[in-house]
Amino acid sequence: MPEAKVEAVAATVWGGGTFPFAVGHKKLGMWLFLLSDSLTFCALLIGYSYVRVANPNWPTPFHLWPSIAMATLMTLILLSSSLTMVMAVTASQRGDRGGAARYLLLTILGGLAFIVLHANEWLGLIGEGVRLWENPWNVPLFGATFFALTGLHMLHVASGVVYLGVVAAGVRRGRMGHEDVEVSGLYWHFVDLVWMFIFPMVYLLSVSMK
Amino acid sequence: MNDEHQAAGSLAEHAAPGNRLYLLVWFYLLAITALEVVLGYMHIFSTAVMLAVLMLLSVVKAGLIVAYFMHLRFEKRSLVLSLVPAGVLVMALLLAFFPDSFRVLELGVR
Repeated sequence: MPEAKVEAVAATVWGGGTFPFAVGHKKLGMWLFLLSDSLTFCALLIGYSYVRVANPNWPTPFHLWPSIAMATLMTLILLSSSLTMVMAVTASQRGDRGGAARYLLLTILGGLAFIVLHANEWLGLIGEGVRLWENPWNVPLFGATFFALTGLHMLHVASGVVYLGVVAAGVRRGRMGHEDVEVSGLYWHFVDLVWMFIFPMVYLLSVSMK
Repeated sequence: MNDEHQAAGSLAEHAAPGNRLYLLVWFYLLAITALEVVLGYMHIFSTAVMLAVLMLLSVVKAGLIVAYFMHLRFEKRSLVLSLVPAGVLVMALLLAFFPDSFRVLELGVR
C-alpha cells in the first residue's frame, strides 16, 4: 500500500516528496539569504543616494590616481574572481575535484587582493583625515556612508574568502560535493554584484575634476 | 534521499552553459565598467541624472551576473518567479522615499 501512496504524493509539485524549485535545500536556502541580504545593501545604497543627491556640496575627493584607478582595478579583480568561480563550478560538475579546488584557490586569491587594495584605500582616506563622523570637507555623512557601505561589503568579501577556503578544503578531501561548490559560488557572485553598485555610486559619483 | 538530491541537482544542470559563454559575459561586464568610468569623467549630466544612468548600467551588469554567473536563467521558472518579483517589489518600495531627496535642492531648507 505505501508504494502507491508515495507515488501519488511525489506526483504533485507542491504536495511534498518532490523539489518544487528543482534545486536542493542548500541552494534554495542560499538564494533566500541572498534575497534578504540584497535588501540590506539596497536600503544602505538608497540611503546613501538620498543624502548624495540632496547635498550639492558633497565632497569629490577621488582622484584618477590612485583612487579611481585602484577602484577600477578592484572591479576587474572581483569580476575575474567571479569568472574563476564559475570555472570552479564547471570543473566540479565534471567531477574534477583538483581543478575545482585550484579554481577556488584562484578565486580566494582574487578576494584577498581585493581586501588588500581596499584596506589601502581606507588607509589613504583616513590619512586625509576622513573619519566616521568628520572629515576635512565638513560633510560628516561622507565618511559615515563611505565606511558603512564599503565596510559592510568588505565584511562580505572577508567572510566569502573564509567560506570559499572551507569549501576548497572540503572539495579536496572529498567531504563536499558539487552542490556545495555551486552554493558558495552563488554567494561569491552576489558579493561581486553588490560591488557593481558600490563602485559607480560611491566612487564614480565623487570623482575629483582637479 | 541522496539519489533524489542528485536528481534534483542534475535537473537544473542539463542546460548548463560552457566556459565560452562565461568568458563572453565577463567581457561584457568589463566593457560596461569601462563605459561607467568614462561617464564618470564627463560633465554632461546633473548628479541625479548621472546617478540614474550609472544605476541603469549597474542593473544591466547585475542582471548579467544573476542570469549567467549565478545561473538563474537555467533554473526552473518557479524559482525565478519566487525570487525576482519579490526582490524587485521590495526594492521599489524602499525607493519610494527617494524623490524626497530633491526637496532640499528644489525648495531649499526651511
